[in-house]
Amino acid sequence: MELPVISNSAPAASSGCSESGCGTAPDALSHLPDHIRAKVQDHPCYSEEAHHHFARMHVAVAPACNIQCNYCNRKYDCSNESRPGVVSELMTPEQAVKKTLAVAAAIPQMTVLGIAGPGDPLANPERTFATFRALSEQAPDIKLCVSTNGLSLPDCVDELAKHNIDHVTITINCVDPEIGAQIYPWIFWENRRIRGVEAARILIEQQQKGLEMLTARGILVKVNSVMIPGVNDDHLKEVSKIVKAKGAFLHNVMPLIAEAEHGTYYGIMGQREPTPLELEALQDACAGDMSMMRHCRQCRADAVGMLGEDRGDEFTLDKIDTMEIDYASAMVERAKVHQAISDELEMKRALKAAPKFEPEAAAEADAAPPLSVVAPSVPATRPIRIAVATKGGGVINEHFGHAHEFLVYEVAADSLRFLGHRKCTPYCMGDTSCGDGETVLAGIIRSLEGVEVLLASKIGFEPWGNLEQAGIQPNGEHAMEPIEEALRAVYDEMAAAGKLAPVAPSESSAATVAAAA
Amino acid sequence: MSLSIVELCVGCHACEAQCPNGAISAARPAFVINPDKCTECLGDHDLPQCAEICPIEGAIVDEFGEPMNPPGSLTGIPLHLLHLVNGAGEGECRT
Repeated sequence: MELPVISNSAPAASSGCSESGCGTAPDALSHLPDHIRAKVQDHPCYSEEAHHHFARMHVAVAPACNIQCNYCNRKYDCSNESRPGVVSELMTPEQAVKKTLAVAAAIPQMTVLGIAGPGDPLANPERTFATFRALSEQAPDIKLCVSTNGLSLPDCVDELAKHNIDHVTITINCVDPEIGAQIYPWIFWENRRIRGVEAARILIEQQQKGLEMLTARGILVKVNSVMIPGVNDDHLKEVSKIVKAKGAFLHNVMPLIAEAEHGTYYGIMGQREPTPLELEALQDACAGDMSMMRHCRQCRADAVGMLGEDRGDEFTLDKIDTMEIDYASAMVERAKVHQAISDELEMKRALKAAPKFEPEAAAEADAAPPLSVVAPSVPATRPIRIAVATKGGGVINEHFGHAHEFLVYEVAADSLRFLGHRKCTPYCMGDTSCGDGETVLAGIIRSLEGVEVLLASKIGFEPWGNLEQAGIQPNGEHAMEPIEEALRAVYDEMAAAGKLAPVAPSESSAATVAAAA
Repeated sequence: MSLSIVELCVGCHACEAQCPNGAISAARPAFVINPDKCTECLGDHDLPQCAEICPIEGAIVDEFGEPMNPPGSLTGIPLHLLHLVNGAGEGECRT
C-alpha cells in the first residue's frame, strides 16, 4: 500500500529514507525553490533523505567565544559526551585541512565540512577562514558550512561570500532582549564585557542584521533555536515567523540539554529540559510552511561520519600524521561514489513514483463485483505514536536492549509521519551496566512519553513487563521487516481489534478527528 | 605590572587575539602572559582585554594573585553551588 506521507511543509515528492535509518522521509525540501533545493538536497544536515547517504564532519578549529550561553560550559571537554560545544582535540587550520582530506579520502560519502566550534567560528576568524581558504583550493568537491551565534556575523559576511560558503547556521534563541538576558549572561563587545538586557539587545541586533545581509547575498541561512521551557518556548513561535520572513530557509528547534553533571548554569540551576512531547508540539507550531529538521542529532563540534555516528576515533591527530593522502585520485573515486548515490536516489524516486503492481487488488477487480457497495468511509481511528528500534537499513533490526535511540512515528489511518528520535541510554550495555538496568529502564520509559507501541527485533522479559505497565505495548513480531510496512500492519491490526477508537467522546467528532489526522 | 594566567585556563585562545601587546602565547596547562609586554592594556583600552573576554572565573589574576573574574561573576551560578561545576569538568563523563 502506498502511504501518503505528511510532510512538515509541502506535499511529499519522494521518500528515500525508507531504504535506511529513518524509515520514512518526507521530502521536506520540496517546497524550496529549485536553486536552493539543488544546494541542500545532498546535504546530510538539511535533507532528511540525504542524511542516510551522505556524511558530514566538523573540525574543531574555533576555540574562542565572544558570548556566554547558559547552556554551555567552556570547561567541559569529554570524549564520551555527544553534544554541541564539546570536543576532544583542538586543531590548527593545517591539521584540520589534513584531517578533512584524510576523512574525505577514507569516507567518500563525506560531502560536507562544517566549522561549529567548540567556541564561535566567527570569533576565530583567522583560524576559521584559513581552514576554508585551504579547503576550497584543495578539495573543491566538499561543501563548506559554518555555524555562529551571530555576534560577529555582520563583519564576516563579505569574507564568507568570498569563500563561497553558501550555508550558514545562526543560533537565534530570541528576538526579545528581556528573554535574551535569561539566556546570555554576557557578551564581549567593543572591547568590553557587557551584561544583561543590553548584551542581549546587541546580540539580537547583530544576529538579525547578519541574517538579512546573508539572505540579501543569496547565502543560505538555517536558524537553530534551543528550546528552553519557561524561558523561550512560547517565544520561539515568534522567532520562527521573523526569521522565515527574513529569508532563513530552515528553522531547527532543538531541545535544551541541561544535565547537572555538565556543569552548565542551566544544569546546575535545575532548569529542566523539554519533554519529547513538548518539543514535538513546538516544532509543529513553528513548522508552518517552513520545513524543520526532525532528524537533527545535535552533533559535537568534532563529529565525523554519518549523522548519529561518530568515527572521530579513526582520525585522531596522531593517526592523521602517519597518513599519506593523494587527494587528486581520492577525488576521482569520490566523484564515482557520489554519482552512484545520486543514481540510486534517482532510481528510488522513480520507483516510488511508478504505479504499484498489486495482483490481489487486480484479481478482486476482475472478479464479481462485491455483494453490497460499501461506501469508502474514513476509518474512525485516532493517530498514535509508535517507536521503532533500528540500526539503519529501514528495517526493524535492533534489540530493545541495545538501542541508543528510538525513532518515533505518528501513524494514522491514512498517513505516516516521522516525528523525531528519542535518545536514551541502552537498557543493556553488556554485563557491566546491566546492574543499572532498573533505573536505565525508567529513563527509557520516560523518554518514550506519548508512545503507545514499541517495535524492536527482540525485547527481553523484564523490560517487556515494565513497558506494558507504562502503557507501551512492546512488539517483536516484525523483526527485520521494513519500518513503514510494520507500522502500517501494527496500526491496522490495532484498528481492526477496536483499540484505536478516537478519544473524542461523541460519535460525530470521530470523523473530524480522523480527517484532521 | 602584569596580569597572569593560572592553571584554571582551558586554552580557548580568546585572550590571545585580544591582547594589544601580543603578550599572550598559547601553552599548556595554561596560556602565558609575558610580564615584560603586559601593560594591563593601559593606553590602549579602558579595561584589560584578556580579563574582559576570558570565560573562566579565576583563570586570570592580577599582580596580587586576585582573580580578575571572581567565582560566580561570569556564570551567575550562586557561590554555594559552584562546587558542582568544578566536579563536572574532571573526567566524570557519562558514557
